[in-house]
Amino acid sequence: MRRNTIVLFAIIAIFIFALVSLFQPLFGREEMRLGLDLRGGVHMVYRADLTGIEKGKETEAIDGALAVIERRINILGVTEPVIQKQGTDRILVELPGISEAERAKRLIGQTALLEFRERITDQKGDEKWIPATGTVNGQKKELTSAYFKENTYVTTDNFGGVLLIFEWNQEGSQLSGQITERLIGKPLGIYLSGEPLLGDDEKPIAPIVRSKITDRGQIEGLSLDEATELSRLLNAGRIPVPLNPIYEQTVSPILGADFIDMSIKAGVIGIILVMLFMIFYYRLPGVLASLALIFYGVLVLAIFKLIPVTLTLAGLGGFILSLGMAVDANVLIFERLKEELWAGRTLGAAIEAGFNRAWTAIWDSNFTTFIACGILYWLGSSVAASAPVMGFAVTLFIGVAVSMFTAIVVTRTLMRLFIGTPLAENRSLFTAYLRKE
Amino acid sequence: MFDIVGKRFWFFLISVVFILIGVISLLVFGLKPSIEFTSGSMLTVDFEQKVAQSQLTAELANLGYSNVIIQRTGAGDYLIRTREVNADEKKQLEDALSAKFGKLTETQFDSVSPMIAAETAKNAGIAIAIASIGILLYLTWAFRRMPHPVRYGTCAVIALIHDAFIALGIFAILGGILNRQVNLMFITGILTIIGYSVNNIVVIFDRIRENLRLGVSPEFEIVVNNSLVETLGRSLNTIITTLIAVFALMAFVGATIQNFVVVLIIGLIAGTFDSICIAPMLLIVWDKGEWHRFVNWLPFAASRAKG
Repeated sequence: MRRNTIVLFAIIAIFIFALVSLFQPLFGREEMRLGLDLRGGVHMVYRADLTGIEKGKETEAIDGALAVIERRINILGVTEPVIQKQGTDRILVELPGISEAERAKRLIGQTALLEFRERITDQKGDEKWIPATGTVNGQKKELTSAYFKENTYVTTDNFGGVLLIFEWNQEGSQLSGQITERLIGKPLGIYLSGEPLLGDDEKPIAPIVRSKITDRGQIEGLSLDEATELSRLLNAGRIPVPLNPIYEQTVSPILGADFIDMSIKAGVIGIILVMLFMIFYYRLPGVLASLALIFYGVLVLAIFKLIPVTLTLAGLGGFILSLGMAVDANVLIFERLKEELWAGRTLGAAIEAGFNRAWTAIWDSNFTTFIACGILYWLGSSVAASAPVMGFAVTLFIGVAVSMFTAIVVTRTLMRLFIGTPLAENRSLFTAYLRKE
Repeated sequence: MFDIVGKRFWFFLISVVFILIGVISLLVFGLKPSIEFTSGSMLTVDFEQKVAQSQLTAELANLGYSNVIIQRTGAGDYLIRTREVNADEKKQLEDALSAKFGKLTETQFDSVSPMIAAETAKNAGIAIAIASIGILLYLTWAFRRMPHPVRYGTCAVIALIHDAFIALGIFAILGGILNRQVNLMFITGILTIIGYSVNNIVVIFDRIRENLRLGVSPEFEIVVNNSLVETLGRSLNTIITTLIAVFALMAFVGATIQNFVVVLIIGLIAGTFDSICIAPMLLIVWDKGEWHRFVNWLPFAASRAKG
């Protein structure tokens, strides 16, 4: 009896701890970590085109791309972005809670390479813009922002016009010197990702070269926002390999909020109905199992928060499903208990026998669910559209593991404590239909 | 005592009927795989004004999107499934639609390239195969002290495949009528019901193991019958509590996991039938070596059905 009281106190302590952790920040966890489908956001997978990369330098190129993407995402100020390498040539980007999905994608997808072009007239008399080139160390090279120092900035001139100021590095300075000298009095076109860079007035920016430029230059005519973004992009560096999007999922935050609401309703109604059924069918043990179920729900949610498990819609589904399955161990035990009572055992002996004999079935059956969870987790981690499957596997696994604990330790302790009370005298509280032998 | 095992051929007959329905519906309707397996884009938009599905279909065809699947998911919400579109094409599409039908909000957008789709399909297949083998091995190990332990695992896996097949067949019908697609959540659902049904089967097998050890009867058939009757209350109560939770889920969540919930409901019911009426009966048939008797029994069933 003493031991049971200690266990009961331990259970109550765990329950209070779990309950508090749900509503209070604990171990630096403010709130549940929600997946993209619940808080809205972008999930992208890119494949790097490594064909142009030297053999042996692939990893370096991908790592470089990761670093640049990270710097670009920082421009947006997204909290908790995920930027990961997947396999050898893939990059996963997850931006939670972002309402400007399109802008984020544009930022990541940017080659962020400004090219400088000159206007020529070909044999047919058509005007064409071709890359402006110069010669460095005997090699012909195109003039691009690859030769910028990463210290561009935006300022305004005396008339309020926006200026993007850049500085050439050593090689760039040589190229720029040759080209601008050659093009004095002629326009120099500026291209971004193969398209003419448009100014605030929607016209291409193509300033007339007035003098030879070797150290620094400026781009005029951009809007303040555009100039600022471009400057940050240029400073964040260039992605060393072309990236192609191969998987994309975007969810609006409004939809996510609806899902949470609906899931909470489904969970509450589910748990109440399951409790009613258990109490109606199993009487007093059903009441105890219902208490265990509440304990189960609170403990599982607390574990989700503290680990933390990223909750997705499928994960919430898995949790609600586990509410139904969690009582299974109790059902097994109570059915056993009923049989033992029919067989004429005393209540105490019947409870012990019920728990002991139900154990092999509980373990074997739950172990197979663990197998399924393991496989689901693998499936989730191996495909791009992974989040829902993995979320489901993790929540189901935690749910089943905790349910074994609550069914066996919690319900059993509560039952043992009841044996000593006057309530235990009334057998009809334990089974609805006692057979009279 | 209830005689459950005596009706085993009737159960097999029910199962054969379901398998036939499944095969026919798979042949007639086929499965409609989602973009996760075939590649393409899926866009969910919410129109502020009322838009009829036929209008939307016409306008999309007008814009050059002829081979689209449109599904209504809410009051003004439509799910539009097309070939893979890139960011620019999507913007053009949305601009054109809002010019025609008024303001719209994009609530969800998914896009899957053929490479990812092929990979996903392959891995989903592997997952189901490994799950079956894993369960077969574990059950053979768990029942290693019984005579013929491999039978327990094999019968369980046959019942599981049967369960998954029924879910597939019914889904093919739903696909044909309601445009329901087989997506990754569907596969997750199938794996979940595999885990759940095997759970039920194990509980019954566990009781058979115990009753054999206790020497309840020298007749294997009677041992199985007793075990089934003894575990019947548990089997039914567990499916009831689980279905309560699943229906609560069904009632409140949106289209995203509706597929998953539908698979669960079909699979849970089929799984309960399989665990009581198929898996243990296969054990008996195997024990008695009476595979051929089922075929001989069919004319008898036919005459009973007529008379």
